[in-house]
Amino acid sequence: MTPSPTATKIRVLIAKPGLDGHDRGAKVVARALRDGGCEVIYTGIRQTPEMIAEAALQEDVDVVGLSILSGAHLELFPRIVDELKKRGRDDVLLFCGGIIPEEDTPALEKLGFQAIFRPGANTQDIVKYVFDHVTK
Amino acid sequence: MDGLIERFLQGDRRALARVISRVENETAEGREFLRALFPRSGRAHTIGVTGGAGSGKSTLTGALAAEYRRRGHTVGIVAVDPSSPFTQGAILGDRIRMQDLTLDPGVYVRSMASRGALGGLAPTIDDVVAVMDAYGFDFVIIETVGAGQDEVEVAGTALTTVLVNNPGTGDDIQAMKAGILEIADVLVVNKADHPGADVLVSQLQALLTLSPAGSRRPPVLKTIATKGEGFGALADAIADHRTYLESSGEMERQRAIDARHQVLSIARSILLERIRQATPEAELDDLVGQVAARHLDPHSAAEALAARLHA
Repeated sequence: MTPSPTATKIRVLIAKPGLDGHDRGAKVVARALRDGGCEVIYTGIRQTPEMIAEAALQEDVDVVGLSILSGAHLELFPRIVDELKKRGRDDVLLFCGGIIPEEDTPALEKLGFQAIFRPGANTQDIVKYVFDHVTK
Repeated sequence: MDGLIERFLQGDRRALARVISRVENETAEGREFLRALFPRSGRAHTIGVTGGAGSGKSTLTGALAAEYRRRGHTVGIVAVDPSSPFTQGAILGDRIRMQDLTLDPGVYVRSMASRGALGGLAPTIDDVVAVMDAYGFDFVIIETVGAGQDEVEVAGTALTTVLVNNPGTGDDIQAMKAGILEIADVLVVNKADHPGADVLVSQLQALLTLSPAGSRRPPVLKTIATKGEGFGALADAIADHRTYLESSGEMERQRAIDARHQVLSIARSILLERIRQATPEAELDDLVGQVAARHLDPHSAAEALAARLHA
Protein backbone atom coordinates (compact mmCIF):
# COMPACT_ATOMS: atom_id res chain seq x y z
CA MET A 1 0.00 0.00 0.00
CA THR A 2 1.26 3.51 -0.76
CA PRO A 3 1.93 5.62 2.33
CA SER A 4 -0.83 8.01 3.29
CA PRO A 5 0.00 11.47 1.93
CA THR A 6 -0.84 13.15 5.20
CA ALA A 7 1.11 10.77 7.44
CA THR A 8 3.83 12.35 9.56
CA LYS A 9 6.80 13.24 7.39
CA ILE A 10 10.44 13.66 8.29
CA ARG A 11 11.29 17.36 7.88
CA VAL A 12 14.88 18.21 7.01
CA LEU A 13 16.57 21.61 6.76
CA ILE A 14 19.45 21.69 4.28
CA ALA A 15 21.54 24.80 4.80
CA LYS A 16 24.78 26.29 3.60
CA PRO A 17 26.58 28.37 6.20
CA GLY A 18 29.37 30.74 5.33
CA LEU A 19 30.44 32.46 2.18
CA ASP A 20 31.10 29.78 -0.41
CA GLY A 21 28.58 29.99 -3.22
CA HIS A 22 28.74 26.46 -4.59
CA ASP A 23 25.58 24.58 -3.67
CA ARG A 24 25.49 21.65 -6.07
CA GLY A 25 26.25 19.16 -3.28
CA ALA A 26 23.53 20.60 -1.06
CA LYS A 27 21.02 20.40 -3.91
CA VAL A 28 21.94 16.78 -4.72
CA VAL A 29 21.41 15.81 -1.08
CA ALA A 30 18.12 17.76 -0.90
CA ARG A 31 16.90 15.98 -4.02
CA ALA A 32 17.90 12.53 -2.69
CA LEU A 33 16.03 13.18 0.56
CA ARG A 34 12.99 14.37 -1.39
CA ASP A 35 13.05 11.15 -3.42
CA GLY A 36 13.36 9.26 -0.14
CA GLY A 37 10.05 10.80 0.96
CA CYS A 38 11.26 13.63 3.22
CA GLU A 39 10.00 17.20 3.22
CA VAL A 40 13.17 19.19 2.62
CA ILE A 41 13.40 22.88 3.41
CA TYR A 42 16.19 24.39 1.35
CA THR A 43 17.28 27.86 2.38
CA GLY A 44 19.99 28.65 -0.15
CA ILE A 45 23.54 29.90 0.21
CA ARG A 46 25.27 32.31 2.61
CA GLN A 47 23.30 31.56 5.76
CA THR A 48 24.49 32.88 9.11
CA PRO A 49 24.37 30.56 12.16
CA GLU A 50 21.45 32.62 13.52
CA MET A 51 19.46 32.27 10.27
CA ILE A 52 19.98 28.49 10.17
CA ALA A 53 18.91 28.00 13.79
CA GLU A 54 15.93 30.30 13.40
CA ALA A 55 14.78 28.47 10.24
CA ALA A 56 15.15 25.13 12.11
CA LEU A 57 12.92 26.52 14.85
CA GLN A 58 10.23 28.03 12.61
CA GLU A 59 10.05 24.97 10.36
CA ASP A 60 10.08 22.52 13.32
CA VAL A 61 12.50 20.24 11.48
CA ASP A 62 13.73 16.87 12.74
CA VAL A 63 17.07 17.08 10.96
CA VAL A 64 19.58 19.80 10.05
CA GLY A 65 22.07 18.97 7.29
CA LEU A 66 24.91 21.44 6.69
CA SER A 67 27.00 21.68 3.55
CA ILE A 68 30.27 23.57 3.61
CA LEU A 69 33.23 23.87 1.27
CA SER A 70 34.99 26.96 2.55
CA GLY A 71 36.94 25.34 5.39
CA ALA A 72 35.23 27.47 8.03
CA HIS A 73 33.32 24.55 9.59
CA LEU A 74 35.23 24.61 12.88
CA GLU A 75 34.36 28.29 13.30
CA LEU A 76 30.77 28.15 12.07
CA PHE A 77 29.42 24.77 13.26
CA PRO A 78 29.94 25.46 17.00
CA ARG A 79 28.08 28.75 16.57
CA ILE A 80 25.21 26.98 14.80
CA VAL A 81 24.99 24.37 17.57
CA ASP A 82 25.04 27.21 20.07
CA GLU A 83 22.22 29.10 18.31
CA LEU A 84 20.16 25.90 18.12
CA LYS A 85 20.65 25.39 21.87
CA LYS A 86 19.55 28.97 22.58
CA ARG A 87 16.28 28.22 20.80
CA GLY A 88 15.76 24.85 22.48
CA ARG A 89 16.43 23.07 19.18
CA ASP A 90 19.52 21.10 20.16
CA ASP A 91 17.23 18.05 19.87
CA VAL A 92 17.61 17.93 16.06
CA LEU A 93 19.61 15.22 14.30
CA LEU A 94 22.71 16.83 12.78
CA PHE A 95 24.79 15.76 9.81
CA CYS A 96 27.21 17.56 7.57
CA GLY A 97 29.01 17.23 4.27
CA GLY A 98 31.50 18.92 2.01
CA ILE A 99 35.24 19.50 2.17
CA ILE A 100 36.00 18.44 5.72
CA PRO A 101 39.47 17.06 6.60
CA GLU A 102 39.58 13.69 8.39
CA GLU A 103 41.44 15.21 11.32
CA ASP A 104 38.42 17.41 12.13
CA THR A 105 36.15 14.40 12.63
CA PRO A 106 36.62 14.08 16.44
CA ALA A 107 35.90 17.77 17.01
CA LEU A 108 32.73 17.60 14.91
CA GLU A 109 31.60 14.38 16.62
CA LYS A 110 31.96 16.12 19.94
CA LEU A 111 29.70 18.88 18.63
CA GLY A 112 27.01 16.34 17.74
CA PHE A 113 27.80 15.58 14.09
CA GLN A 114 27.83 11.78 14.17
CA ALA A 115 27.78 11.56 10.38
CA ILE A 116 30.04 13.39 7.93
CA PHE A 117 29.51 12.83 4.22
CA ARG A 118 32.51 13.73 2.09
CA PRO A 119 32.88 13.94 -1.72
CA GLY A 120 32.04 10.55 -3.20
CA ALA A 121 29.55 9.68 -0.47
CA ASN A 122 26.52 7.70 -1.64
CA THR A 123 23.31 9.74 -1.38
CA GLN A 124 21.43 6.56 -0.42
CA ASP A 125 23.63 6.31 2.67
CA ILE A 126 22.55 9.83 3.63
CA VAL A 127 18.87 8.96 3.20
CA LYS A 128 19.37 5.75 5.18
CA TYR A 129 21.19 7.65 7.95
CA VAL A 130 18.26 10.05 8.29
CA PHE A 131 15.61 7.33 8.33
CA ASP A 132 17.60 5.18 10.78
CA HIS A 133 18.07 8.00 13.27
CA VAL A 134 14.81 9.92 13.27
CA THR A 135 12.17 8.42 15.51
CA LYS A 136 8.66 9.54 14.63
CA MET B 1 -0.27 19.34 26.17
CA ASP B 2 -1.34 22.04 28.64
CA GLY B 3 2.23 23.28 28.87
CA LEU B 4 2.52 23.68 25.13
CA ILE B 5 -0.72 25.66 24.77
CA GLU B 6 0.28 27.88 27.67
CA ARG B 7 3.62 28.66 26.07
CA PHE B 8 1.84 29.23 22.74
CA LEU B 9 -0.46 31.75 24.37
CA GLN B 10 2.54 33.50 25.91
CA GLY B 11 3.94 34.00 22.42
CA ASP B 12 6.64 31.28 22.45
CA ARG B 13 7.67 30.67 18.83
CA ARG B 14 8.96 27.18 19.56
CA ALA B 15 5.49 26.29 20.87
CA LEU B 16 3.89 27.79 17.75
CA ALA B 17 6.17 25.65 15.55
CA ARG B 18 5.30 22.50 17.52
CA VAL B 19 1.56 23.15 17.49
CA ILE B 20 1.60 23.68 13.70
CA SER B 21 3.36 20.31 13.21
CA ARG B 22 0.78 18.48 15.34
CA VAL B 23 -2.05 20.14 13.44
CA GLU B 24 -0.44 19.53 10.06
CA ASN B 25 0.10 15.85 10.88
CA GLU B 26 -3.53 15.56 12.02
CA THR B 27 -2.64 13.89 15.31
CA ALA B 28 -5.18 13.53 18.12
CA GLU B 29 -3.18 16.11 20.05
CA GLY B 30 -3.34 18.43 17.04
CA ARG B 31 -7.14 18.20 17.06
CA GLU B 32 -7.18 19.15 20.75
CA PHE B 33 -4.96 22.16 20.08
CA LEU B 34 -7.18 23.30 17.25
CA ARG B 35 -10.30 22.95 19.40
CA ALA B 36 -8.67 25.12 22.06
CA LEU B 37 -7.26 27.74 19.67
CA PHE B 38 -9.94 28.07 16.99
CA PRO B 39 -12.15 30.46 19.01
CA ARG B 40 -9.18 32.84 19.17
CA SER B 41 -8.83 32.99 15.40
CA GLY B 42 -10.68 35.27 12.99
CA ARG B 43 -8.86 38.48 13.84
CA ALA B 44 -5.98 38.43 11.37
CA HIS B 45 -6.33 39.77 7.84
CA THR B 46 -5.60 36.64 5.79
CA ILE B 47 -4.15 37.27 2.33
CA GLY B 48 -3.76 34.67 -0.41
CA VAL B 49 -0.98 35.15 -2.94
CA THR B 50 -1.39 33.04 -6.05
CA GLY B 51 -0.11 32.97 -9.61
CA GLY B 52 1.93 30.88 -12.01
CA ALA B 53 5.20 29.10 -11.20
CA GLY B 54 8.00 31.64 -11.41
CA SER B 55 5.66 34.64 -11.37
CA GLY B 56 7.41 35.98 -8.27
CA LYS B 57 4.96 34.92 -5.54
CA SER B 58 7.62 34.23 -2.90
CA THR B 59 9.57 37.42 -3.55
CA LEU B 60 6.33 39.40 -3.59
CA THR B 61 5.18 37.75 -0.35
CA GLY B 62 8.49 38.70 1.30
CA ALA B 63 8.30 42.29 0.03
CA LEU B 64 4.67 42.65 1.15
CA ALA B 65 5.59 41.33 4.62
CA ALA B 66 8.44 43.86 4.77
CA GLU B 67 5.94 46.64 3.95
CA TYR B 68 3.69 45.50 6.83
CA ARG B 69 6.70 45.48 9.16
CA ARG B 70 7.48 49.10 8.15
CA ARG B 71 3.88 49.88 9.15
CA GLY B 72 4.43 48.23 12.52
CA HIS B 73 2.38 45.06 11.96
CA THR B 74 3.34 41.44 12.63
CA VAL B 75 3.14 38.84 9.86
CA GLY B 76 2.82 35.06 9.66
CA ILE B 77 3.56 33.42 6.31
CA VAL B 78 2.55 29.94 5.14
CA ALA B 79 4.24 29.01 1.86
CA VAL B 80 3.05 25.87 0.07
CA ASP B 81 5.16 23.89 -2.40
CA PRO B 82 4.15 20.67 -4.16
CA SER B 83 4.68 17.14 -2.78
CA SER B 84 5.83 14.42 -5.16
CA PRO B 85 2.86 12.29 -6.24
CA PHE B 86 5.21 9.28 -6.23
CA THR B 87 7.36 9.52 -3.11
CA GLN B 88 5.36 12.13 -1.15
CA GLY B 89 8.66 13.94 -0.63
CA ALA B 90 8.97 17.66 -1.28
CA ILE B 91 11.48 20.44 -1.76
CA LEU B 92 10.23 23.50 0.06
CA GLY B 93 12.20 26.44 -1.32
CA ASP B 94 10.11 29.53 -0.70
CA ARG B 95 12.25 30.74 2.22
CA ILE B 96 15.11 31.41 -0.20
CA ARG B 97 13.25 34.52 -1.40
CA MET B 98 12.43 35.69 2.13
CA GLN B 99 15.90 35.65 3.72
CA ASP B 100 15.73 39.20 5.01
CA LEU B 101 12.77 38.29 7.22
CA THR B 102 14.36 35.26 8.93
CA LEU B 103 15.69 37.10 11.96
CA ASP B 104 12.82 39.57 12.33
CA PRO B 105 10.96 38.70 15.56
CA GLY B 106 7.74 40.10 14.06
CA VAL B 107 7.68 37.57 11.21
CA TYR B 108 7.23 33.81 11.21
CA VAL B 109 7.63 31.79 8.02
CA ARG B 110 6.42 28.23 7.69
CA SER B 111 6.83 26.02 4.61
CA MET B 112 4.17 23.41 3.91
CA ALA B 113 4.07 20.57 1.41
CA SER B 114 0.85 20.12 -0.56
CA ARG B 115 0.62 16.45 0.55
CA GLY B 116 -1.65 15.39 -2.27
CA ALA B 117 -4.18 18.23 -2.01
CA LEU B 118 -5.43 19.68 -5.28
CA GLY B 119 -6.17 23.35 -5.77
CA GLY B 120 -2.78 24.81 -4.86
CA LEU B 121 -2.84 24.40 -1.08
CA ALA B 122 -2.28 21.67 1.55
CA PRO B 123 -4.93 19.45 3.20
CA THR B 124 -4.63 21.19 6.60
CA ILE B 125 -4.03 24.74 5.35
CA ASP B 126 -7.16 26.19 6.97
CA ASP B 127 -6.17 24.69 10.32
CA VAL B 128 -2.59 25.97 10.13
CA VAL B 129 -3.81 29.45 9.14
CA ALA B 130 -6.25 29.41 12.09
CA VAL B 131 -3.37 28.53 14.44
CA MET B 132 -1.26 31.44 13.14
CA ASP B 133 -4.27 33.73 13.39
CA ALA B 134 -4.86 32.62 17.00
CA TYR B 135 -1.19 33.25 17.78
CA GLY B 136 -1.93 36.91 17.13
CA PHE B 137 -0.31 37.89 13.84
CA ASP B 138 -1.93 40.99 12.32
CA PHE B 139 -1.56 39.51 8.84
CA VAL B 140 -1.29 35.91 7.68
CA ILE B 141 -0.09 35.55 4.09
CA ILE B 142 -0.77 32.26 2.32
CA GLU B 143 1.39 31.58 -0.73
CA THR B 144 0.01 28.85 -3.00
CA VAL B 145 1.96 26.43 -5.16
CA GLY B 146 2.48 27.68 -8.71
CA ALA B 147 -1.09 27.94 -9.94
CA GLY B 148 -2.36 27.44 -13.45
CA GLN B 149 -5.88 28.24 -14.54
CA ASP B 150 -7.95 26.35 -12.03
CA GLU B 151 -6.28 26.48 -8.60
CA VAL B 152 -8.91 28.59 -6.88
CA GLU B 153 -9.01 27.05 -3.39
CA VAL B 154 -7.07 29.91 -1.83
CA ALA B 155 -10.07 32.23 -2.23
CA GLY B 156 -11.86 30.11 0.38
CA THR B 157 -8.95 30.29 2.83
CA ALA B 158 -8.00 33.96 2.58
CA LEU B 159 -10.09 37.11 2.98
CA THR B 160 -8.21 38.89 0.21
CA THR B 161 -6.77 37.08 -2.82
CA VAL B 162 -3.90 38.66 -4.74
CA LEU B 163 -3.31 37.23 -8.22
CA VAL B 164 0.21 37.70 -9.55
CA ASN B 165 0.58 38.05 -13.33
CA ASN B 166 3.64 38.67 -15.49
CA PRO B 167 4.13 40.40 -18.81
CA GLY B 168 4.71 38.11 -21.78
CA THR B 169 2.73 35.10 -20.57
CA GLY B 170 -0.14 34.90 -23.04
CA ASP B 171 -2.70 37.06 -24.74
CA ASP B 172 -5.84 38.47 -23.18
CA ILE B 173 -7.96 35.43 -24.11
CA GLN B 174 -6.00 33.51 -21.44
CA ALA B 175 -7.31 35.94 -18.87
CA MET B 176 -10.88 35.77 -20.19
CA LYS B 177 -11.21 32.09 -19.42
CA ALA B 178 -13.14 31.11 -16.33
CA GLY B 179 -11.23 30.24 -13.20
CA ILE B 180 -8.37 31.91 -11.46
CA LEU B 181 -8.97 35.48 -12.66
CA GLU B 182 -12.44 35.37 -11.15
CA ILE B 183 -11.13 34.89 -7.61
CA ALA B 184 -8.76 37.86 -7.67
CA ASP B 185 -9.57 40.73 -5.29
CA VAL B 186 -6.38 42.54 -6.25
CA LEU B 187 -4.49 42.00 -9.51
CA VAL B 188 -0.76 42.52 -9.62
CA VAL B 189 1.47 42.75 -12.66
CA ASN B 190 4.82 41.76 -11.17
CA LYS B 191 8.16 42.12 -12.99
CA ALA B 192 6.74 45.44 -14.18
CA ASP B 193 10.18 46.45 -15.42
CA HIS B 194 9.91 43.79 -18.14
CA PRO B 195 8.66 44.70 -21.63
CA GLY B 196 4.90 44.45 -22.08
CA ALA B 197 3.93 45.34 -18.52
CA ASP B 198 1.84 48.37 -19.47
CA VAL B 199 0.11 46.43 -22.25
CA LEU B 200 -0.80 43.68 -19.79
CA VAL B 201 -2.14 46.25 -17.29
CA SER B 202 -4.43 47.77 -19.90
CA GLN B 203 -5.51 44.34 -21.16
CA LEU B 204 -6.47 43.32 -17.62
CA GLN B 205 -8.27 46.61 -17.03
CA ALA B 206 -10.15 46.24 -20.30
CA LEU B 207 -11.23 42.75 -19.31
CA LEU B 208 -12.45 43.92 -15.94
CA THR B 209 -14.77 46.44 -17.63
CA LEU B 210 -16.63 43.37 -18.95
CA SER B 211 -17.46 42.25 -15.39
CA PRO B 212 -21.17 42.26 -14.51
CA ALA B 213 -22.54 45.71 -13.65
CA GLY B 214 -22.50 46.48 -9.94
CA SER B 215 -19.76 43.95 -9.14
CA ARG B 216 -16.60 45.14 -7.46
CA ARG B 217 -13.82 45.80 -9.95
CA PRO B 218 -10.43 44.67 -8.59
CA PRO B 219 -7.60 47.19 -8.92
CA VAL B 220 -4.64 46.38 -11.20
CA LEU B 221 -1.26 47.33 -9.72
CA LYS B 222 2.33 47.13 -10.88
CA THR B 223 5.14 45.78 -8.69
CA ILE B 224 8.82 44.97 -9.04
CA ALA B 225 9.15 42.56 -6.14
CA THR B 226 12.92 42.13 -6.42
CA LYS B 227 13.35 45.88 -5.88
CA GLY B 228 10.51 46.27 -3.40
CA GLU B 229 8.70 48.73 -5.69
CA GLY B 230 4.94 49.18 -5.58
CA PHE B 231 4.30 47.69 -2.15
CA GLY B 232 2.89 50.76 -0.44
CA ALA B 233 0.15 50.82 -3.09
CA LEU B 234 -0.37 47.05 -2.82
CA ALA B 235 -0.76 47.16 0.97
CA ASP B 236 -3.23 50.05 0.57
CA ALA B 237 -5.26 48.15 -2.04
CA ILE B 238 -5.42 45.09 0.26
CA ALA B 239 -6.60 47.31 3.13
CA ASP B 240 -9.23 48.90 0.84
CA HIS B 241 -10.52 45.44 0.01
CA ARG B 242 -10.99 44.62 3.68
CA THR B 243 -12.83 47.92 4.18
CA TYR B 244 -15.06 47.00 1.25
CA LEU B 245 -15.74 43.53 2.74
CA GLU B 246 -16.70 45.03 6.07
CA SER B 247 -18.82 47.90 4.81
CA SER B 248 -20.72 45.87 2.19
CA GLY B 249 -21.63 42.98 4.50
CA GLU B 250 -19.66 40.75 2.14
CA MET B 251 -17.39 39.71 5.04
CA GLU B 252 -20.12 37.76 6.88
CA ARG B 253 -21.39 36.27 3.65
CA GLN B 254 -17.91 35.10 2.59
CA ARG B 255 -17.12 33.71 6.03
CA ALA B 256 -20.36 31.72 6.03
CA ILE B 257 -19.64 30.28 2.59
CA ASP B 258 -16.07 29.38 3.59
CA ALA B 259 -17.19 27.73 6.85
CA ARG B 260 -19.81 25.71 5.01
CA HIS B 261 -17.29 24.57 2.42
CA GLN B 262 -14.77 23.68 5.11
CA VAL B 263 -17.20 21.66 7.22
CA LEU B 264 -18.53 19.73 4.22
CA SER B 265 -15.04 19.02 2.98
CA ILE B 266 -13.95 17.64 6.37
CA ALA B 267 -17.15 15.57 6.55
CA ARG B 268 -16.28 14.14 3.13
CA SER B 269 -12.84 13.01 4.39
CA ILE B 270 -14.36 11.50 7.53
CA LEU B 271 -16.85 9.51 5.45
CA LEU B 272 -14.13 8.34 3.08
CA GLU B 273 -12.00 7.23 6.02
CA ARG B 274 -14.98 5.31 7.49
CA ILE B 275 -15.60 3.60 4.16
CA ARG B 276 -11.93 2.63 3.98
CA GLN B 277 -12.11 1.20 7.48
CA ALA B 278 -15.30 -0.72 6.76
CA THR B 279 -13.90 -2.27 3.58
CA PRO B 280 -11.46 -5.16 3.70
CA GLU B 281 -8.49 -4.48 1.43
CA ALA B 282 -9.22 -7.64 -0.59
CA GLU B 283 -12.73 -6.45 -1.37
CA LEU B 284 -11.47 -3.05 -2.51
CA ASP B 285 -8.89 -4.78 -4.72
CA ASP B 286 -11.65 -6.94 -6.21
CA LEU B 287 -13.91 -3.96 -7.02
CA VAL B 288 -11.03 -1.97 -8.43
CA GLY B 289 -9.99 -4.97 -10.53
CA GLN B 290 -13.47 -5.26 -12.03
CA VAL B 291 -13.40 -1.57 -12.97
CA ALA B 292 -9.92 -1.86 -14.49
CA ALA B 293 -11.15 -4.83 -16.57
CA ARG B 294 -14.20 -2.79 -17.66
CA HIS B 295 -16.62 -5.32 -16.13
CA LEU B 296 -18.01 -2.73 -13.74
CA ASP B 297 -18.30 1.04 -14.07
CA PRO B 298 -16.58 3.20 -11.43
CA HIS B 299 -19.84 4.76 -10.20
CA SER B 300 -21.39 1.38 -9.39
CA ALA B 301 -18.18 0.31 -7.65
CA ALA B 302 -18.20 3.47 -5.53
CA GLU B 303 -21.89 2.94 -4.69
CA ALA B 304 -21.01 -0.56 -3.50
CA LEU B 305 -18.32 0.87 -1.24
CA ALA B 306 -20.57 3.59 0.15
CA ALA B 307 -23.27 0.98 0.87
CA ARG B 308 -20.87 -0.62 3.38
CA LEU B 309 -21.42 2.36 5.69
CA HIS B 310 -24.92 1.27 6.64
CA ALA B 311 -24.40 -2.44 6.08
